Amino acid sequence: MDKMKALSLIVTTLLIFVPMANASELSLHGFLQTNYSVRVNEDNPQGAKEGNLILGEERAQLKASFYPQKSKIGVFVKSDFYHDWVEEDWTFDFREGYLDLAEDKFGLRVGRQIYTWGVGDLLFINDTFPKDWEAFYSGRPLEYLKIGADSLKLDIYSDIVSAEAVVMPFFEPDDLPSVGRFHFFDPYPNTPNRELEKPDSAFEKFGNMEYALRLYRYIGDFDVSAYAYKGFFRSPGMKADNFNSPTTISSFYPELAVYGLSAQRSALNGVVSAEYGYYDSLDDRSGKDPGINNSQSRFLVGYQKAFPDDFTVGIQYYGELMYKYSQYEDNLPSAFAERKQLHQYITLRITKLLKYQTLKLSLFTFYSPDEKDSLMTPEVSYNFTDNLLGAIGMNIFTGAEDNTTFGQHKKDSNIYVTVRYSF
Amino acid sequence: MRAIKTFFVVSLFLLTSLCQGLSFAKDEFSANDIITRSRLAFYYAGDDEKARVTMELINKAGQKRIRELTMLRKDYEEGGEQKYFSYFHQPSDVKDTTFMAYKYPDRDDDRWLFIPAINLVKRIAANDKYSSFVGSDFTYEDVSGRKPEEDIHTLLRKEKLGEKSCFVIESIPKGSSEYTKRISWIDETNFLPLKEEFYDKQKELYRQFEAQEIKDINGIMTITKRLMRNVKTGHRTEVTFETVEYNVGIGDDIFSERYLRRPPLEWIR
Repeated sequence: MDKMKALSLIVTTLLIFVPMANASELSLHGFLQTNYSVRVNEDNPQGAKEGNLILGEERAQLKASFYPQKSKIGVFVKSDFYHDWVEEDWTFDFREGYLDLAEDKFGLRVGRQIYTWGVGDLLFINDTFPKDWEAFYSGRPLEYLKIGADSLKLDIYSDIVSAEAVVMPFFEPDDLPSVGRFHFFDPYPNTPNRELEKPDSAFEKFGNMEYALRLYRYIGDFDVSAYAYKGFFRSPGMKADNFNSPTTISSFYPELAVYGLSAQRSALNGVVSAEYGYYDSLDDRSGKDPGINNSQSRFLVGYQKAFPDDFTVGIQYYGELMYKYSQYEDNLPSAFAERKQLHQYITLRITKLLKYQTLKLSLFTFYSPDEKDSLMTPEVSYNFTDNLLGAIGMNIFTGAEDNTTFGQHKKDSNIYVTVRYSF
Repeated sequence: MRAIKTFFVVSLFLLTSLCQGLSFAKDEFSANDIITRSRLAFYYAGDDEKARVTMELINKAGQKRIRELTMLRKDYEEGGEQKYFSYFHQPSDVKDTTFMAYKYPDRDDDRWLFIPAINLVKRIAANDKYSSFVGSDFTYEDVSGRKPEEDIHTLLRKEKLGEKSCFVIESIPKGSSEYTKRISWIDETNFLPLKEEFYDKQKELYRQFEAQEIKDINGIMTITKRLMRNVKTGHRTEVTFETVEYNVGIGDDIFSERYLRRPPLEWIR
């Protein structure tokens, strides 16, 4: 039904606006794309429907915007329609769609929108918006890492400080690697009774409204932002009747508040970034509930530098420092993977452009020294023309253990191919 | 008869010295002055500028790629700080992408890029002035200018390029640079660069700039068609300024994160 709604919304929008518009006000673009990803080894996870095919799809995206001349109101719609070879399904994916109001000192945007906050490169601290990690791990283009949130955003512009204030009435969890497509660590593989509770919408329960606020300004060559978020963890916590030998397990999204800061500026012949966030685990401030993450401090520092001949390098250090660690250790069930008090990542990004920037070689690497696991993503992409892009790459998971962030997917290293025709 | 002849010779002599005197007056421009004036004429025309620009990136085989953008520029100090805002209309996969740069006289630019697909404003490292600008034959430095103090300039000669009298200047970088020698033909009347040749480490010509069309826009002489050709790869970039307006009163606030995320429609259309 959602698909039909999305389709009818797009068609209606187009029918209303196309006849009234002239070329500069209406814009209609999109792409046709094929995207395949194949697990490198034949050790497929349970429930794999198409053997080692992790991702197989043909997709069409249509993107329409209409901003009439001398009007403060505009509309934008972006929707995908695709065929999925793994689920054997044709599906609509209503990516974004919103109504825009732009005034002199403020702006209002209502509808499904994608947000990206913070200064991390693929490391998110104050960006608590929904993400699709399965898409990212299976080699879909980067934009598919972000999921649109049905929300209302108020922008306030002033010389002293500007603000983005977002309210989200419908909770949208992260998409994590799922059954049938990826191997993943399950502490209780022999407990089949599972339930997943998603928070009711704020229309049913007002207390479930999610709020996100960003204050920002450019001051003394720094881009500075302060953030606050109140809502839920987007990856589930766990409830069990008994964590040592559970008969029923339910997953749910614990409450979360995040407060943070970020700053970025040109320095050391490059760009230096820093970000901090305090993760206040509202449902487990005591740190004793093993099914819910403890409160944490998350932080990162990054540096990127451009070298001659279209060559850039970026490095980041990221840490998660857990509070109430002794309570965590005391209550940790034996089936769980034990986390270190300080969980760290080091990332490296290398990008080289060749042949008048039509050929791009890139590498992104996550490495965790405490979990001893990594994800490496080398990619080659080539613009055959302005409209036709081809990319081939790999997601290489490694890990000493099967229960770490990347180690759990180490049998899921994959090669992916994307061909996109934009119009 | 003899008297007439003497008179003629003396007149000729006087006339020649007068001409020489005039040309000496012009020679009071040192090579440095000429390059400095040329930079102001080319990169700092007006107090601000709005232009719709089409770049055709053409490879050896004749295959074309198009970059179409609206560029807004505001000068804060003649020869000094500037701010740039660019909005990309084409190609379709980068449509709605915006780019902003703060240019400073004594340090690297601050640069920001907005990627609409994920609604991300990203600060990008700027220490790459010799990297290609959007995949064209122009480098970032070609697009935003180079400080005169970075080279040693010599006035080689004066010559005509077509109908136009030009200063011919040789510029040798003091430090390391993308080129080892640049020769510029600079219009004596308006100081616009009409032609430039860039020589590489092998001392061979590898890039050539040409001003192909010059228009008077509200009294400011403006190169509205330009070509950069890489003679070694056979790749070339043709740039057309479809519309140019000067002194249009672009506000300071345009050069901000707000407008990166929501392009100022009244300016970019």
